[in-house]
Amino acid sequence: MLAVRVIPCLDVDDGVVVKGTRFKDLRTSGDPAELARLYDAQGADELCFLDIGATPASRATMVSIVEKVSDQVFVPLSVGGGIRSEEDMRRLLNAGADKVSVCSAAIRDPDLLARGARIFGSQCIVLSIDAKRSGGSWRAWTGGGREDSGLDAVDWAVRGAKLGAGEILLNSIDRDGTKEGYDIDLVRAVSDRVSIPVIASGGAGTPEQILDVIREGRADAVLLASLFHEKKLTVREIKSGLAEKGVPVRW
Amino acid sequence: MIGIVDYGAGNLKSVRKAFAFLGFESAVLESPAGLSGADRLVLPGVGSFGFAMDRLRESGLAEALDRWLRSGRPLLGICLGMQLLTEGSEESPGVPGFGVFGGTCRRYRAGRVPQIGWNSLSPRRPDPLLTGVEDGANFYFANSFYPGPEAGADTLAVSDYHGEFPAVLGRGNIRGTQFHPEKSGRSGLRLLQNWVESC
Repeated sequence: MLAVRVIPCLDVDDGVVVKGTRFKDLRTSGDPAELARLYDAQGADELCFLDIGATPASRATMVSIVEKVSDQVFVPLSVGGGIRSEEDMRRLLNAGADKVSVCSAAIRDPDLLARGARIFGSQCIVLSIDAKRSGGSWRAWTGGGREDSGLDAVDWAVRGAKLGAGEILLNSIDRDGTKEGYDIDLVRAVSDRVSIPVIASGGAGTPEQILDVIREGRADAVLLASLFHEKKLTVREIKSGLAEKGVPVRW
Repeated sequence: MIGIVDYGAGNLKSVRKAFAFLGFESAVLESPAGLSGADRLVLPGVGSFGFAMDRLRESGLAEALDRWLRSGRPLLGICLGMQLLTEGSEESPGVPGFGVFGGTCRRYRAGRVPQIGWNSLSPRRPDPLLTGVEDGANFYFANSFYPGPEAGADTLAVSDYHGEFPAVLGRGNIRGTQFHPEKSGRSGLRLLQNWVESC
């Protein structure tokens, strides 16, 4: 049986792991390679790196972090942030990434998803959506939560899957870093409309909330950052809690 | 020396890094001539069945691989690389595979496709490749197609994704895994070590 994945996320700004709330008020959390090894030892099913520094130097630093981590850690590595072309994808894959996630660039250039899938395979292309509630629905935002694209987040997920994305990484801007729980309605809305795996992100605060987004939101994987970086819970503790409730996890 | 066949589609870095971590030397081979320097081959693969076969044929690697497979030398196909060892795939109708294993690959009919994540492995036949790998150990899968049941007695282990499917195939010195051992943590590294030391 397929296990539900527990994925630590490392937002990296010019070589340093940072974490904020609702995409703002960033605080420093540590060294990416060190944290990657720690979470791997705790049983992380995958590691997600996101380069949030917008500079060429930060991009180059991310490539060398991926190089370093993939020498030692043998679980899937997903890397995103500032990927605009097939060349950007290739550079990260050659450094040791297994998947690349695209967010703003896919909204500007949706065909990037199709081109990436054609060359590297759908399983390699993750469509990352930064979603923010707007009345009774959600919009997809770009530029690290700075700009409303006007696209309906759920429709965009459906279109992205059709274009060739192999997974949806669904970030709730409203819940990011708040520990108020995942936006279950958002995750469920997307899960019900696409047939590719959906990774829930943003808002994890307690083991119960994680169980809820799996059961009610139908998430295939859960992404967490603050809880891990602040050492409030370990990957192993979360998996034990899920296993007790009958959720299949990998040991 | 372990040769990793490069036909321009796969991400070979992870496979190389896993072997390096285990202390085994490997080299990336892009042309038929390179194969002569290798004593065992890995056929990795991402992308589509048809695209991979086209690239292998254009470069002359398909012919060289055919000879290699017939000579009985060791080869490990990973993911799409394993699917290429069957007779073909629904993914690219009309494109023949190497035909080492029977049947054609088909698309998962239920659940989310692609299957992405860690699934448990149940051995069906004892094999040196699986020595020390616990029943139920998890491996990382990332694919939309899987080899059909026609592989029959060549099925060394199975997994379940809304139905049972062959996850490890083997015949003679040829092995194939539907999952990525190079991305499957300790269990995967153990399997790669087994392969180099005993298959």
